[in-house]
Amino acid sequence: MDKVLEVKDLHVSFDTYGGIVKAVRGVNFDLKKGETLAIVGESGSGKSVTSKALMRLIPNPPGRISKGEILFDGRDLTKLSEKEMQKVRGKEIAMIFQDPMTSLNPTMKIGSQIMESLIKHQNLSKSAARERALELLRLVGIPQPEVRINQYPHQFSGGMRQRVVVAVALSCNPKVLIADEPTTALDVTIQAQILELMKDLQNKIDTSIIFITHDLGVVANVADRVAVMYGGQIVETGTVDEIFYDPRHPYTWGLLASMPSLDTSVQTELAAIPGTPPDLMHPPKGDAFAPRSAYALEIDFEHEPPMFQISDTHFAKTWLLHENAPAVEPPKAVVDRRRSMSANFAKPRLVEEAVR
Amino acid sequence: MLRYTLQRIIYMLITLFIIATLTFFLMKLLPGSPLKSQDKLTPEQITIINEKYGLNDPLPVQYVNYLGNLAQGDLGLSFQYDNRPVTEMIAGRIGPSAQLGLQALILGSIVGLILGIIAAIKHNTFFDYGATFLAVIGISIPSFVFAGFMQFVLGVKLQLLPVALWEGFSYTIMPTLALSGFVIANISRFMRTELLEVMASDYIMLAKAKGISQSGIIIKHAIRNALIPVITIIGPLAVNIMTGSLVIERIFAIPGLGEQFVKSISMNDYTVIMGTTIFYSALFIFIIFVVDILYGIVDPRIRLAGGRK
Ligand SMILES: Nc1ncnc2c1ncn2[C@@H]1O[C@H](COP(=O)(O)OP(=O)(O)OP(=O)(O)O)[C@@H](O)[C@H]1O
Ligand SMILES: [Mg+2]
Repeated sequence: MDKVLEVKDLHVSFDTYGGIVKAVRGVNFDLKKGETLAIVGESGSGKSVTSKALMRLIPNPPGRISKGEILFDGRDLTKLSEKEMQKVRGKEIAMIFQDPMTSLNPTMKIGSQIMESLIKHQNLSKSAARERALELLRLVGIPQPEVRINQYPHQFSGGMRQRVVVAVALSCNPKVLIADEPTTALDVTIQAQILELMKDLQNKIDTSIIFITHDLGVVANVADRVAVMYGGQIVETGTVDEIFYDPRHPYTWGLLASMPSLDTSVQTELAAIPGTPPDLMHPPKGDAFAPRSAYALEIDFEHEPPMFQISDTHFAKTWLLHENAPAVEPPKAVVDRRRSMSANFAKPRLVEEAVR
Repeated sequence: MLRYTLQRIIYMLITLFIIATLTFFLMKLLPGSPLKSQDKLTPEQITIINEKYGLNDPLPVQYVNYLGNLAQGDLGLSFQYDNRPVTEMIAGRIGPSAQLGLQALILGSIVGLILGIIAAIKHNTFFDYGATFLAVIGISIPSFVFAGFMQFVLGVKLQLLPVALWEGFSYTIMPTLALSGFVIANISRFMRTELLEVMASDYIMLAKAKGISQSGIIIKHAIRNALIPVITIIGPLAVNIMTGSLVIERIFAIPGLGEQFVKSISMNDYTVIMGTTIFYSALFIFIIFVVDILYGIVDPRIRLAGGRK
């Protein structure tokens, strides 16, 4: 499959009065055509900052992309002018935000908010844009679109608003859709409907999706691949099966062990990850997760771990995969679920750090 | 919307009634009499005059008569100016005051909005700091100081504008500027804050994510939303202009309502004081009403709450 998006060694920092917050510290990933990549990680791990950086929506000041490349269609988005970037936003890459209650303009009619990008990017006339907006409203399952198109956001429920936001995002058939916790603010049934809708539309227009969430339960339903973020870095990536059934990073173990699951009918205790997220103003030396990890090795406090490759698609950034590392027993919840992956290499391979 | 409007009008009338009552009784508490200041009248003459104006009746009777007349739009006769009806006196003076007030409000709002918008767009730059500095001056220096300063510099020294009186548009410039300073300062500060807040909101981020240009975002998305709270301070600012005009009209010798009001107070001209107070109150209540209607026009959420189908 060909890559639509390739992020290389992305660094984002914020200049604050207290110092420089290094919110994203060397993120690498790629996105293939038609796939859904989930980015998971606890609050503050840099998921939103990464996704906003992809669209160059980091407010500057205080934020800036301090290093790295974002290759889209062979172009490096970090090098584009603001004008050129405006042609990418909404047309090539679109975004859905977390809170549908606040992401629509309260004083603008729903129709105008959808038509705006159509007029801007597809040079449609007003009436043609209106037709298309009606079609989009129908597509995302809003009843009576002829009436709804003239209404304001406060006349819509949260779930309906998020449908409108989805309609806005998909209006120009973007190649990449970034959804930053699109269902977190919604109740469970509406959540499922919105996810269903997104999957449906993805099949129709063949978009790649970056799906940001901290709900691993959702990930299993929507994603093809998963990237686990911690402290501004991606610490593990793999297919959904690899992450759920053969995780390698202690942080991923922690996330999985703290996830309630329905299939383990026995009362398993949820294990919260102890400690607090790292101070991104003064990131710790070595492995950022080491201070909170029961599996930390001495070297974790000295040297940042390199990336190891477990299969063609599975990568993890932990010294535990080094050939000299001691064998450790992951938490019970993880071991219980573990399956052997046939595609795994015989031994984890150290990834040559070409970009660093 | 109609029901809402009717409801509002009833509230306005109740408010006006309370103000009229308060004014009446406060007036009665005031020491002195309109007649004493002359001191050339015999006690008999005073009795006759008191009789004529109904000042000998018991207080409740006076009050009822006063309210009855008021309901018919009759504000009584002046004690000082040859028994001229107060309504006529107000009508004769309203022109210059209205012109001055409107000019100051419109100029102040437009300049204030423009300054506020630019300060927000260029926030934390030299322009922003400059606008802040001007606003601090505008808020802290009273309009009469500003007026005197202008009279000296623009009127006396440079002789660009007439120092006082009311004989054409050029005569309105300095008093308008003096009155609008406070409005400019307040609106620009408020607009800057609101616009910055709106610019940081999710829906602006979404608009950016749609690929809308910065100017498009400000014009089509941000300004309207920032205006909503700004509209609320127009009422109080209009009142500020009204009270400011009392002094400003005197300084520039403008034959307006404020100037007459100040004079009537120093002469204990009861009916004129009461009439003008009630007129000012009615005007104020009306301005607040208009501001609320404006609010509804700009903010679709209010429109619905008002019960429009
Ligand atoms: N404007 C800013 N100024 C300073 N620091 C910022 C700014 N925006 C984000 N950060 C910092 O960047 C880090 C990552 O934030 P981000 O919003 O990406 O987290 P997240 O993973 O999306 O978390 P959540 O799950 O809560 O949405 C945080 O430590 C945050 O404090
Ligand atoms: Mg976030």
